[in-house]
Parts: sequence; structure tokens; C-alpha cells
Amino acid sequence: MLKVTLQQATPIKLDVDFSCESGETLALVGPSGAGKSTVLRCIAGLSLAEQGQVLCKNETWFDSKNSINNTPQQRRVGMVFQNYALFPHLTVAGNIKLALDKNNADSQYAVEKLLDKVNLSGLEQRYPAQLSGGQQQRVALARALARQPQVLLLDEPFSAVDKVTRRKLYLELNTLRRNLDMPVILVTHDLDEAAMLADSLCVIHHGKTLQHGSPDQVLYQPMNSAVARQVDVRNILQGRLQSHNGELVLAWYNHVFSVTRLTGFTEGQHVYFALSPAKILLHQRVRPSRGEQENPVAGIIRDRVTLRGITTVLFSVESAEGAILQMDLPEHVAMRNQLHIGEMIMVSLLANAIHVMTE
Amino acid sequence: MDWQAFEVSIMLAVLTCLSLLPIGLALAYLLVKSNFMGRGVIEAIITLPLVLPPTVLGYFLLVGMDSDSLLGSVFVSLTGQNLAFSFAGLWFASIIYSLPFAVQPMMRALEKIEPEIREAAWCSGLSKWKTFFKVELPLAWSGIITAMVLCFSHTLGEFGVVLMIGGNIAGETRTLSIAIYDSVLAFEHQQAQTMSLILLAISLVTISVVYSFNRTRVLRF
Repeated sequence: MLKVTLQQATPIKLDVDFSCESGETLALVGPSGAGKSTVLRCIAGLSLAEQGQVLCKNETWFDSKNSINNTPQQRRVGMVFQNYALFPHLTVAGNIKLALDKNNADSQYAVEKLLDKVNLSGLEQRYPAQLSGGQQQRVALARALARQPQVLLLDEPFSAVDKVTRRKLYLELNTLRRNLDMPVILVTHDLDEAAMLADSLCVIHHGKTLQHGSPDQVLYQPMNSAVARQVDVRNILQGRLQSHNGELVLAWYNHVFSVTRLTGFTEGQHVYFALSPAKILLHQRVRPSRGEQENPVAGIIRDRVTLRGITTVLFSVESAEGAILQMDLPEHVAMRNQLHIGEMIMVSLLANAIHVMTE
Repeated sequence: MDWQAFEVSIMLAVLTCLSLLPIGLALAYLLVKSNFMGRGVIEAIITLPLVLPPTVLGYFLLVGMDSDSLLGSVFVSLTGQNLAFSFAGLWFASIIYSLPFAVQPMMRALEKIEPEIREAAWCSGLSKWKTFFKVELPLAWSGIITAMVLCFSHTLGEFGVVLMIGGNIAGETRTLSIAIYDSVLAFEHQQAQTMSLILLAISLVTISVVYSFNRTRVLRF
């Protein structure tokens, strides 16, 4: 298990606290310059935080109070750098051999095994310059694993490859990580990548941990509006909680919405709320459904975009000063309902799809 | 043809190169890796022989090597000989005036190595020394070879400083360039031409070797 607590004021502000179990993949997500890579460098011992602790299994790698700061050589980390940082003067086999344990008697066999693990057998004698971006990433991964690390650190490992290769590498890494019994920390600014590959997400903004939880929790139930903005929640709105027939409800302009989860909130509180675009229910024009009674809202279609079978409909709610909401529908639903720009639609904001959060 | 002068020149150039390999590397590494106060001043002092007239440099070195000076007196107490007008004095002066030719290419080569490469080596478990010998040195090799060839050619052809420090003692401080000058003064044009052609050939061959060596490395990386 890896436990990280770091604080510093300069050069990049840090105030992070998270842990990662063995066999778990944790994604540090946040915008560029948020301090994600600095956190990774502090874990590896390449940067020194002003205060904090880095504990791995039973070892203390860094403890500012007790002046412990192990070198990267002592920490036993496997690190894949953003640009892979392969040794250009060495072949693929040479790159991996350099990271192998000195006690490893059969280094040739170890190299073959590692290359097989990352699906790169047969390229042992090539130089890094003779490899594609995807192949270089696999060599970097094999080299990181060669040391039998206690923690695997991946710093934006997919940013230097094209989209097609990236999808292929996602699947490979997904398979590979299941067989690793160490904590894996993945730094990325791509939320889809994080949600696909990680068991848990840790949102970092301005060097601070905003939320740490499962991908579903972080993406669909962000703790506050700051997290919601970081994880690209599309419908973030402001409302006020009020009492209605003894129950707490959400007031938004003249609308009053019932909400499933409102524990911890009080009457009169000003709140933010998020609506998942996939969970806004379109009232079918030809065949009315039961959901029509649940938080109904009328809107006018302003735009529609279809990408890979999902149609995103942007509609304005005139009763809410023309606020624009986004709704995702399967393409065939959009076609069957003949949704055209300028037309009026009715939707339901389902009570269990409204996520209320603090500022 | 003054073969004795040829021998002195080659010996001086070889010894200067061998001395500047560790000195130049240490200075280049220090200047590239650390960011201490006064770094600019040290860099300027190292580069000074490039811009200073050889006679000015030669004069200061001569003063510094005088038996009354600290360096000169230490040398006399150790060897019983004067540093000025000796082969050892010439060797020391060559190290000083060829220093920028060694340090500059080495610095440029070390600067070109991405910091992540070094960090990747540390994360792979390599100590700082091992990282230097197995990663940084091979990557900076072209710069080191360039530095050595420049030092060799420059030492072989240096005239002003040699004349000031070494004078013209046959078998001790008389280098090929001094011998050429002597031959011209004595109207021995045939001898001057032979020696000049030899220096030209050596310079051409060494520089061609460097260019072809660097080109093959560029193609491979």
C-alpha cells in the first residue's frame, strides 16, 4: 500500500493526501499545471516536498519530520515518463537490462519475459529511434517493470501516441494492470482515460486534492462545484433548497424539483446541482410515458450534435432565463422523435439524476 | 624536417588531451548541473583564452610560472627545476589555453541530454556514477570526441603562447609551429613547407574523422 501526504507552498503549491492499495490503479486527474506530475515526482524521489510523508508497504520513503528522504535508487519505483525517456544509445534489450536487478542471473530470459508481457517480442535489437510511439511506450513500461518495483508510476503515458494506438494501449494496460500486485498511480488530464483504466480517481486542482473516490462517485456525484467543473460535468446549475409539504425540495427559478439524495443539506441553503446529460428523460411525442410527471421542464432545441451514435441536444429553458441544458440521447431516439432545431420539447429531470452539491 | 620538434608537438598535444579529458569533463559537468553563484564568472574565465591575444595570455602565464610566484616556487621545490621554459610549463600552459576548446563542446553535449533521461536512469536503480558512465558519457561521446580533436589540433598549432612560455629549446619546448617560424626566418622554405603540409594533413584528417564519426551517430539515434 502507498500512502502519500504532501504539502508545499512553492514552486508549485501542493496539499495532497491519498492512498493506493496494492493491485489498485489510482488516477490523479486535473488540468495541466495542477501539480499532478509534481506529486508523482515526489513519490519517485525526483522532487522534494517541503512537508509530508510517503509510505510504501512498511517502508518510509519520505518523512519531513524525521528528515527521511530516500533517493530514487532506494525507493524501488517503476516510472514511465511522459516522453518515455528511453536511453537512445541502447537497444530495447539494453534499455531493459540496465534496469534489471544485478542479481538477475539470466537477464536475457528476463528481457524476453518482460517484452512478452508488453506484447513487444522480437524487437530486442532495435534502437528507440527505430520504434513507433506505441512501441516506445511499451519499452518504457517493460523497463519500469524490470526493477520489480513496489509502485508503478505512469506520467501521462498516452499523451505522445495517436488516438488509434492509444485505444489499443488502453486495452493492453487494462489487461496488464490486473496482473500487477503493486499500487499503480496514473497521471492524466483525460477523464475518459482515467475512468477506463483506474479503480479510483483523485481530482487535483491548484495542487490540492479535491475528491478521492471511485470513478462513478467522482464523475457522477462530485463533492462540490469545483470538482464538478474539473471533471467536466456539463449541466451545473444553481438553486435553493426549500421545504414543500414537510419535504426538502430543490427550487430552480419557478420550478420545484424533488430530489432523491438530500442528506446533509438544510432548508434555505443555496446549492449547486448537476444533471447528467444521459439521465435527462425526453418525453416521447408519440407515446407518452410514466416519467412525465417527474420534474417536468419545457425547452426549445437550439442545437444538436451526433458523435458515435450519441446525439447531444442543447435546449434552452425559457422559464429559467434561457438557461441552456445538454441532453444525451441514442441517435435512433433522436431520429425517431424528429428533434429539429427550434422545436419545443418536454423533458423530465429524474429525481435520482439530480446531484446536489455545495459550492 | 625537424623530427624532434614534431615529437615535442605530438607529445604535448597528446598529454594536453589526456589531461583535459577529466578536467574538461569535471568542469563541464559542474557548470551544466549546478546553478551556483559565480557560475557566470567561472564560465567567463574558462572562455577567456578564446578571446585573449596569445601573447597576453602567454605573458600572464609566464609571470605566474616565475620562480618567485606561488605556482613557480612550488614547482621548483618539488622538482628543482623552473616551470617556465620547460616542457612541463608548456604542458601546463597548453591545458589553460585549450581549456575552452575542451569545456565548450562537452558542455553543449551534456546540455543536450534531457533531464528525464538521467531521472529514468535513477528510477531504474542506477547510482549517479553509473548513470554518468552508462548513460550520460555515451550520449555525450560526440561532444567529447569533438573536444579532444579540437584540443589536439589547437595545441599542435599554437604559436604565441608557446613562444612566450617555452621559448625555443630544441627537444624541450621547440614545437613544430616554432620550427616552421624558425625555418622561414632562416629562408629554409622547403623545410617550412614540409612541416606546414604535415600540420595541414594532421588537422584535415582529425577533423574529417570527427565529422564522419558524428554523422554515423546522428543516423543511429
